[in-house]
Amino acid sequence: MNRRFLRQALPFLTLAVVLAATFYVQPRTMSYFGLNLMLQYAVPIALATIAQMFIITVNDLDLSIGPFVGLVSCIGATLLLDNPLLGILALLVLIATYGAVGALIHIRNLPSIVVTLGLSFVWLGIAVLILPSPGGKAPVWLKALMGVQTPWVPFPIIAAIVIGVVVHLALMLSSYGVIARGAGGNPKALTRAGWSMLNTKVIMYMLAGFFGVLSGLALLGLTTSGDAHVADRYTLYSIAGVILGGGEFIGGRVSPLGAVVGALTLALAGSFLIFLKISPDWQIGAQGAILIIVLALRALVSYGEHKR
Amino acid sequence: MSNTLPTTQQRSSRASKSLSEQAISLDGVEKSFGAVRALAGVDLVVATGECLGLVGHNGAGKSTLMHVLSGNLTPSAGTLSIGGKPHAGSWTAAAAQAEGVRCVFQELSLCPNLTVAENVRIVHRSLTGLGWKGRARALISQKLDEIFPNHGIAPDDEIADLAIGQRQMAEIARAFTVTDGKLRLVILDEPTSSLDAVTAQQLLAYVKKETARGTSIILISHLLGEVLSTADRIVVMKDGKTVADRKAADFTRNSLVAAMGSEAREHKRGAAKNSVAEVMVRAQPRSGGSASLEARKGEIIGLTGLAGHGQTRMLLQIYERRHAEVKGALSFIAGDRQSDGVFNLWSIGRNITTRSLTALRKAGFIDLAAEEKLAEEWKVRMAIRTPDVDNNILTLSGGNQQKALFARALASDATIILMDDPMRGVDIGTKQEVYAMIEAEAEKGRTFIWYTTEIEELTHCDRAYVFRNGAIVAALGADELTEEKVLQASFAEQAA
Repeated sequence: MNRRFLRQALPFLTLAVVLAATFYVQPRTMSYFGLNLMLQYAVPIALATIAQMFIITVNDLDLSIGPFVGLVSCIGATLLLDNPLLGILALLVLIATYGAVGALIHIRNLPSIVVTLGLSFVWLGIAVLILPSPGGKAPVWLKALMGVQTPWVPFPIIAAIVIGVVVHLALMLSSYGVIARGAGGNPKALTRAGWSMLNTKVIMYMLAGFFGVLSGLALLGLTTSGDAHVADRYTLYSIAGVILGGGEFIGGRVSPLGAVVGALTLALAGSFLIFLKISPDWQIGAQGAILIIVLALRALVSYGEHKR
Repeated sequence: MSNTLPTTQQRSSRASKSLSEQAISLDGVEKSFGAVRALAGVDLVVATGECLGLVGHNGAGKSTLMHVLSGNLTPSAGTLSIGGKPHAGSWTAAAAQAEGVRCVFQELSLCPNLTVAENVRIVHRSLTGLGWKGRARALISQKLDEIFPNHGIAPDDEIADLAIGQRQMAEIARAFTVTDGKLRLVILDEPTSSLDAVTAQQLLAYVKKETARGTSIILISHLLGEVLSTADRIVVMKDGKTVADRKAADFTRNSLVAAMGSEAREHKRGAAKNSVAEVMVRAQPRSGGSASLEARKGEIIGLTGLAGHGQTRMLLQIYERRHAEVKGALSFIAGDRQSDGVFNLWSIGRNITTRSLTALRKAGFIDLAAEEKLAEEWKVRMAIRTPDVDNNILTLSGGNQQKALFARALASDATIILMDDPMRGVDIGTKQEVYAMIEAEAEKGRTFIWYTTEIEELTHCDRAYVFRNGAIVAALGADELTEEKVLQASFAEQAA
């Protein structure tokens, strides 16, 4: 029981360590503006991580979330700006497509990795068709929303907490969240109890699509112009965020709060490495190293948990 | 085609229950999987408040019948009636749930990543809205307390953290919880396979209590004593048909086994082995106590006591050679086939030979011809029922999968064989074949260390060690191996 608690606390401890290290290296970040600046990009990453988490909950993996977020940012910077109604309709169609992909994967029993890998090129292609080169403009309300100055606590932190808590309530505490997680834990048991796996998967994929849309819009509000390639790294960030946050690839074991914290950690780690003056070429490697260290720690904590 | 025989027998049972209401009935139900006819026209009536025992060999069609009743398989022909009226519409899992038909499957249907209370929610659609978790907790705690006093399970325990016996208890209790709608029929498939003697008794006592309240129960078990003592009526299945249907009181153990189509054998292990044979294993449980275990060449050693009191840990300790003197190669036969035993994606042959690959090497590569030959040889020796060892392992029934696991161990060079309750849910015919095999191999000088939850199996052992709280509390020789003595040793502490 103690080990379980330690494992759940590990994402939070990791965040605290990275935060402390950042403050130590660059004390000026220990301020409202410092935190705001460092963490603002954590919001879209956290949303993309939540999207990924819904897919991982049902034992699948989404390799298309990065390009999908890029596509949303392109639509947001063009269609949504020029013709809001049509823009919203386009985004709804994207979410519906996610649901259809979920249905396809379930009915045909296809490997989600292959389907979504293929899909990632489709998203990217459509995005490039819409915006061949970076451009467009974010709607004013989006910029205003992402640039809002909340009193005392910076907006990104509040946003992260709200996202984490809302999804936690829905997935971990609600009675329908139990069905969703059960679908990852033992699909057969769920079917035997008379639940439809198809419905469950479609709903989870659509939720992933919805949060992918939110992520793209949040990112657009920060960058203020659209770019098909703006979120290419998000695919790996989102997977790493879920895993850093205590989730597992199979078995329906996920933690929304952990996932958000994992996303924050990844965003912070980027800033931290910049402060250390590590060249961007090495940053991905360094982030990978952080990931490996945390996973090794988790393995260490879990060691012996399964011994009878 | 084959309806005549069961129908006449059924008429007699209907007559005996003529006044009582039918809970559920099947009429001429057939089910085929490709060329295999799993159910060949089954008629079955379950009366309200009746405990129906269902016995038969593995592969007799019990599991298929159960899946039909629970709505997980659609029969190829036949009708299903609820309360005497034919069910309209398709009989799906959701429809079965709505009509109050529950099933405890042999391979458990709990989600390991959820808590006990959350697993209750999965079978109760009405558990929603604010406070659903509180209601789920109360529901399962109350039922667990009622069926298994002192169960030691908290409603917020995650299933993955529970021992296999506790999981089975949680699943059984879950099947009896009621929210909206009434409970009509509960099907228990090998419910005691992972329970120890005490909890099994608690369950059987509860079955009687529950039927008195008007719930019907179908009890499927390979432990004939259990069925004989608990069921009101017993139906015997063979080759996808019901071949006997009588009151339980009209059966004896022997007549029941005869109806199933295999002989009952009273068994007694021969005279104790000479105590001068070489000691192959000597180990003291790390989990407690000062007494240690000793196994000599050619001996069959039993490990017993209540389930989960350190027997499996002892086997693992020997297997990992930690704090254990072990002479010779080891092999382990898992009882939990799904998680520790079979390689799901491999053929039967591969599953058999995997322990012997080193011996099958030729110039650094696996000698495929020799591998094939070994698999073929053991298929014949263990009488594994398959046309081709290249078929996937999952094409076999549970009992035959277990035979393949035995073949894996026996085909290897291991001289010491560790068995972790390997006969879980295996039919009596298969068991007899395997027992004979074990004794023959022991005669040849192999040593067996055998953890079993079935006290009957100890009659095949030269000596048995009783475990309690991780320690060895008694060593019983072949002549002292009675159920009474074993239970006495298992509970000595409470009795004192």
